[in-house]
Amino acid sequence: MSNLKDTFLTPLGLNNPVAVQVLGICSALAVTAQLEPAIVMGLSVTIILAVANVVISLLRNTIPNRIRIIVQLVVVATLVTIVSEVLKAFAYDVSVALSVYVGLIITNCILMGRLEAFAMQNGPIDSLIDGFGNGLGYAIILVIVAAIRELFGAGCLFGCQIIPDCVYELGYMNCGLMLMPPMALIILGCIIWFMRAKNPDLQEK
Amino acid sequence: MKALRNFLDKVKPNFEEGGKLSAFRSVFDGFETFLFVPNTVSKNGTHIHDTIDSKRVMSIVVIALIPALLFGMYNVGYQNYLAAGTLEQASFLEVFIFGFLAVLPKIIVSYVVGLGIEFTVAQWKKEEIQEGFLVSGMLIPLIVPVECPLWVIAVATAFAVIFAKEIFGGTGYNIFNVALITRAFLFFAYPTKMSGDQVWVAKDSIFGLGNDLPEGFSGATTLGQLSTGSPVVDLANNGVELKDMIIGLLPGSIGETSVIAILIGAVILLWTGVANWRTMASVFVGGALTAMLFNAIGSTTNQVWNLDWMQHLAVGGFCFGAVFMATDPVTSPRTDCGKYIFGFLIGVVAIVIRCMNPGYPEGMMLAILLMNVFAALIDYCFVQHNINKRLKRINNR
Repeated sequence: MSNLKDTFLTPLGLNNPVAVQVLGICSALAVTAQLEPAIVMGLSVTIILAVANVVISLLRNTIPNRIRIIVQLVVVATLVTIVSEVLKAFAYDVSVALSVYVGLIITNCILMGRLEAFAMQNGPIDSLIDGFGNGLGYAIILVIVAAIRELFGAGCLFGCQIIPDCVYELGYMNCGLMLMPPMALIILGCIIWFMRAKNPDLQEK
Repeated sequence: MKALRNFLDKVKPNFEEGGKLSAFRSVFDGFETFLFVPNTVSKNGTHIHDTIDSKRVMSIVVIALIPALLFGMYNVGYQNYLAAGTLEQASFLEVFIFGFLAVLPKIIVSYVVGLGIEFTVAQWKKEEIQEGFLVSGMLIPLIVPVECPLWVIAVATAFAVIFAKEIFGGTGYNIFNVALITRAFLFFAYPTKMSGDQVWVAKDSIFGLGNDLPEGFSGATTLGQLSTGSPVVDLANNGVELKDMIIGLLPGSIGETSVIAILIGAVILLWTGVANWRTMASVFVGGALTAMLFNAIGSTTNQVWNLDWMQHLAVGGFCFGAVFMATDPVTSPRTDCGKYIFGFLIGVVAIVIRCMNPGYPEGMMLAILLMNVFAALIDYCFVQHNINKRLKRINNR
């Protein structure tokens, strides 16, 4: 039981896929200008990763080793297509905001990494937990970055104005750079910096 | 001088290990070595020794900046009085003091924020205070528009010192020019306060000096007017010629407008050997040749293309960038040949951005930052080339 708990918790902190393994950076930069798309993106990746992990883990003994990447890609691509269609049907605005990045979940390194490294060696229940853990670890970083960017870049969270008008009247201005990808990279760098300062084990020698 | 030395010697024990104020040792050390040349020299490793240390080098750059600074202050006042139409009644001193009062807070903010961060980091890491910010702190107020709010300058300075300097390892390790990163941050984060036609003329009177201008008063820089295709005039609606660009009584960033003031700085820098003439000269050559090329192609829609090469070099921040920014010894190549290439490409890229990209009327900042990235690569290529050449010579023997 404690093993399952570890499987779930380490990707959220000490083995975070974005902040520690530095995977999935591209989408973390692209979709984090606002909080809402970031959350949707995080959840989509979590669901796809969890389901794909279970499917691959069930198939793991029957997949011929030479074509395993193709099989994994087929599974992931199917799930991504389903999620993309669901988003278009029920959350059209968000799916427009995410544009190609939903489709590009297929190329997210976190997915292939977990399928190769975990689902191919472990049972379905472990894989399910691992998928959720890693997906949520990715989502947490996205939410933190998006919250900082939307708050300082547009003065709002979820599209509602947070910074009151009286502050603007004093001369405060939104920082336009926050809405551009370079600032997302810098914020991400700060998160990594913070995590490594807190946990010296993570620092390379 | 003697009294100051005695005072420092008297208070010194307080700052040493175990003293009452030992927490501020690096601050004390910073001030002491700033005021007096320390009589210690490096003992180990390979060092090229010089009679002056880097604090003295930095001081020379700050001195070289003073003509541009003083002229910038006068120009700030001049533009304000000219815009209000009261220039005739105002005395020289009134105009200058108004400009002085408008610029001084920016200098103070930039130094307090930048040095504050440097001192804190040095104290925290128990290192000596590094002197690099002496120059950056003076450059920052000179390359912003006069109406740029102080808190914005503070944020940008903090950003630049932390992300362009401290995380790379402090003075001497930065890839990018710190002052230019400050400007780039301002330019992209707060574009309404860094470009356009609203920010170049001081609009409020200070302590009864100067004039209050109406809220929407607009005065674009010469380059701004050129890029939007409007007639090139100063605030009194007189046409702008090469002579005006060289004297520099035009709207613009505080220190960049006057070629004459910058030239005095350039002479100081070259005469003392602090800046390298190779970089400086090749920036001008690159800029001039590119401007001639665009002249030769010509354009009926974009008047920047048709701007004479001498005017191209005199207008905007070209001179300031070439003299004070491109020659930064930390962010430019070390090899002599590398300096030619580096400078030449800065000139080329700056003019290309001016001509080809209407979104950025001035290209000098982006050109220098871009070439900063390649400085190490240029050095690497030339060093490798030399190594190969000499190896060949040995092998052929």
